[in-house]
Amino acid sequence: MLLKDIIKLTDSKLLSGDENKEINGCYIGDLLSLAMSKVQKDNIWITIQSNINIVAVASLTEAGCIIICEGFDPDDGVVSRAKDENISILQSQLSAFEISKILVCNGF
Amino acid sequence: MAALTMHYTVDGNDFTLAGDCSSKVKKSLTQLGFDPATIRKVAIAMYEGEINMVIHANGGFIDVSIEPDKIVAVLNDHGPGIADINKAMQEGFSTASNKVRELGFGAGMGLPNMKKYSDEMNISTKIGEGTIVTLTFYTNKTNN
Repeated sequence: MLLKDIIKLTDSKLLSGDENKEINGCYIGDLLSLAMSKVQKDNIWITIQSNINIVAVASLTEAGCIIICEGFDPDDGVVSRAKDENISILQSQLSAFEISKILVCNGF
Repeated sequence: MAALTMHYTVDGNDFTLAGDCSSKVKKSLTQLGFDPATIRKVAIAMYEGEINMVIHANGGFIDVSIEPDKIVAVLNDHGPGIADINKAMQEGFSTASNKVRELGFGAGMGLPNMKKYSDEMNISTKIGEGTIVTLTFYTNKTNN
């Protein structure tokens, strides 16, 4: 599924990155060590973490995008670092469960 | 072939830079043509080590040596040392502060992940002096 379709389906806001890339699979979690070992290349990573370290985790795991859920705002500097590293970040008001439910119901 | 060596300083006061060394090593390994599975293992284990150095040891140095058949990362800090290595190796055991936990760290996965993703891990630690963790990764190079 393309990132722009995910944005549309989950009513998310694109804060950084390219919306035309292909995204596969998903990991949900807020512990960075677990995310580090579980997020696979091109995955969506859904989290409420909004500090600068999420960019490093997404970059090292080559995540397809981060969705910061539950309406959390990224900390200062997160979006500019994500742009530098070419990491896509979406912001959604929905919960992780609601996001995944919508994606699964739409064939993700 | 002589080993390619890299030396990095880990800033113990700046959480925002944690991951920089691992990112640089990852980029170098990608340019050198190492296979993605090896690169991922090195990146995960080194990132955990880097975070540990920031959380627990006020930073330090990382030396990486890249050879055709293996990558060795030596993480050297002058932190408090590890009192009980067996406990520190247990998943879920952590001495991290609440502040660090709020950032999503301190889950007690650091050293276990480093062991899991490296082929060999050696810890040399002395209370009050610091810790040296040596990580070795054997490689499968896909091209030259």
